[in-house]
Amino acid sequence: MTLANLEIGEKATVKAVTGEGAISKRLMEMGIVPGVSIRVVKSAPFGDPIEIRVKGYNLAIRRTEAEVIEVSSAIN
Amino acid sequence: MVMEIPNPTSHETPTAPHLDSPLVIALAGNPNAGKTTLFNALTGMRQKVANYSGVTVERKEGNWSVNGDSAKLIDLPGLYSLDATSLDERIAREVLTGNVDGLSKPDAIIAVVDATNLERNLYLVTQIMEFGIPVIIALTMVDLAEKQNVEIDTQKLSELLRIPVIPVTARQKSGTEALSLRAFEIAKSDVTPQTSWIPDSGGIDGNGKEDIHLSLSADDSANRQIFARYNFISDVYQKSVKPVDDEEARFSEKVDRILTHKFFGLVILIAILLLVFQTIFSWAALPMDLLDAGFGALGENVGSQMPDGMLKDLVVDGIIAGVGGILIFLPQILLLFLFISILEDTGYMARAAFLLDKLMSKVGLHGKAFLPLMSSFACAIPGIMATRTIENRRDRLATILIAPFMSCSARLPVYALMIAAFFAGQTVFGFVSLGAVLMLAMYALGILVAVIAAFILKKTILKSPPPPFVMELPPYRLPNLRTVIQNMFTRAWLFIKRAGTVILAISIILWALTYFPRGEAVGSEQLAVSGKSEQTHATAIENSYAGMLGRTIEPVIKPLGFDWKIGVAIIASFAAREVLVSTLSIIYNVGEDADEKDPTLIKAIQNAKKADGSPVWTPLTALSLMVFFVLAMQCMSTLAVVRRETNSWSWVIFMFGYMTVLAYVASLITYQGGKLLGFS
Ligand SMILES: Nc1nc2c(ncn2[C@@H]2O[C@H](COP(=O)(O)OP(=O)(O)O)[C@@H](O)[C@H]2O)c(=O)[nH]1
Repeated sequence: MTLANLEIGEKATVKAVTGEGAISKRLMEMGIVPGVSIRVVKSAPFGDPIEIRVKGYNLAIRRTEAEVIEVSSAIN
Repeated sequence: MVMEIPNPTSHETPTAPHLDSPLVIALAGNPNAGKTTLFNALTGMRQKVANYSGVTVERKEGNWSVNGDSAKLIDLPGLYSLDATSLDERIAREVLTGNVDGLSKPDAIIAVVDATNLERNLYLVTQIMEFGIPVIIALTMVDLAEKQNVEIDTQKLSELLRIPVIPVTARQKSGTEALSLRAFEIAKSDVTPQTSWIPDSGGIDGNGKEDIHLSLSADDSANRQIFARYNFISDVYQKSVKPVDDEEARFSEKVDRILTHKFFGLVILIAILLLVFQTIFSWAALPMDLLDAGFGALGENVGSQMPDGMLKDLVVDGIIAGVGGILIFLPQILLLFLFISILEDTGYMARAAFLLDKLMSKVGLHGKAFLPLMSSFACAIPGIMATRTIENRRDRLATILIAPFMSCSARLPVYALMIAAFFAGQTVFGFVSLGAVLMLAMYALGILVAVIAAFILKKTILKSPPPPFVMELPPYRLPNLRTVIQNMFTRAWLFIKRAGTVILAISIILWALTYFPRGEAVGSEQLAVSGKSEQTHATAIENSYAGMLGRTIEPVIKPLGFDWKIGVAIIASFAAREVLVSTLSIIYNVGEDADEKDPTLIKAIQNAKKADGSPVWTPLTALSLMVFFVLAMQCMSTLAVVRRETNSWSWVIFMFGYMTVLAYVASLITYQGGKLLGFS
């Protein structure tokens, strides 16, 4: 399951960041590393990008990026 | 990736050299960490902004002196990491490794860390520590952290990281004393930070979390390092911070329920834009009139002091009129920068990009392209300068290439003159003013063409995979007045320097084109009428190089409905588009001081006759000219800035070429199409 599958308001723990080098690196630098918990805050007017909360701050990423973030099943 | 762990014995600056060469201290931190505020608090007004040679990253330096000690303080661009993927990161890396001309390797680094966003901010700190230069943390936003009940044990934090941690609130300047003491102390020492998180050759981090570790793509050692750093940070964080319930610090999310709402968010965004532009145009009107009058008076004054002749004409008509013509836009540009600063510092700009990213990505642009494009409605030059925030080079180029399609304020006098002369007092549907409709249509045409051009550019020569869109939505904060104003002036000064020098040169060239050659006949005639009557001025232009050029291009522009006089005016308007108005005034002998509302100029244009007695100008000619002005690349200053920002002439030539062709074709369609449809 990836971050893109989560509903708005749901939380999950990151299992892995896959995807092509530059993208996974950027995401990890921003604190999206395995073991960290993420909450989906909202999506933008046209459904993309989405806003997430990670490590105590808010980040906007596109759905294509959310798809490379593997998460455990949602916890509410 | 190779780690930068310098061997202590090869450290090039032992203690002695500090005596003669001044200390260099670099300020590094995440965007929005409060770096600018701290930099201003430490250096006051003693700062200067330049560019790193060859690139467009701003290089900000200041003089920091406290109690007899002084250092050169370098403000690095805001960064999330030092991996050299973006231009900013590469520059920062070069500064920290001492590879920048005229700048020695820093003696110490002040890492600016936002207390309310500690974990992610510490990531950059770990990377900085790996450079082997003494590091000190300036912990900002402690007031906000307190408000959110985040308890940070700075003592503990300092012990675990093994570097000094000094809480500061830059706004109140508290803590800066302690910061300066420790910073100067470590800068003179040689304590290299310890980097215990760097994995041993085995590649397994010290925390024994191998199971998770293995789920990273195995080949990626860069990712392993990132993971190791975050593990270390996470450990430090847990030991030194008593975290609060995450749900508590969510003021910004509450505000965003409205500001990034699917519907109201967009409505509010549009309202804010309208408000900003309304204010820019109405507030700037008075100072612009004053500046205009001021330059007029200056020209007259200087003119009356100087003996008649070429030099006087050069100074008055060339330099003062030309440079003045651009500088009168300064109030608008200052206001624009003021609003940009406010929108950025409050955190709203990121929301605008968030709201619009999907729309922008449809034509292949980044959400961040929105700000430069918006700025371009005032003037393309600050707009193009603002594209620097776009990391991907191709995305940035695409934005630069379409920015001049946004109708800038220099086009307004042209639209206004044409509308006043040919469409005044007419209405559509009986109540809507035709002038207003046309004005809106010109703006819309520019936007439409920009969208199509962006789409095509991104599908062809600027094709690139969509770059990652990873953008922080910083918490909303009250902007600091001082920072905002200082930012505004810094940017405005850069604009003046950038544009001013080029405009001066161009003004002189264009003046020369309209002045030379001066035949004997013209000269004696001029003497005969004692002084320079408008009549001789008009004849002089007719015989000048510009006049010749106008005649030469007449066959080319004839299908657009333009005669050679309009041709001359178009050539002259390369200095700045609104010069069209004053050039037409000269050509039609109205006097150079006429503006777009001048009734004599309007009459003169309406009554101008061709040799066969038919009018030169028809409503269709006016429309064709307006369309031409929407699309043509007619601003030398913009081209000069594009040259600087892209570092290449080929993009300048390309931009000029494709925009001119587009303008020509659109104008041709307008005029010939209109004629076919029976308009005149
Ligand atoms: N409450 C509070 N706000 C601050 C402090 N330092 C900076 N700010 C605000 O935080 C925002 C970002 O600061 P700025 O210096 O522009 O950050 P930069 O992006 O790192 O240069 C601005 O609105 C500042 O006014 C501080 O110590 N306390």
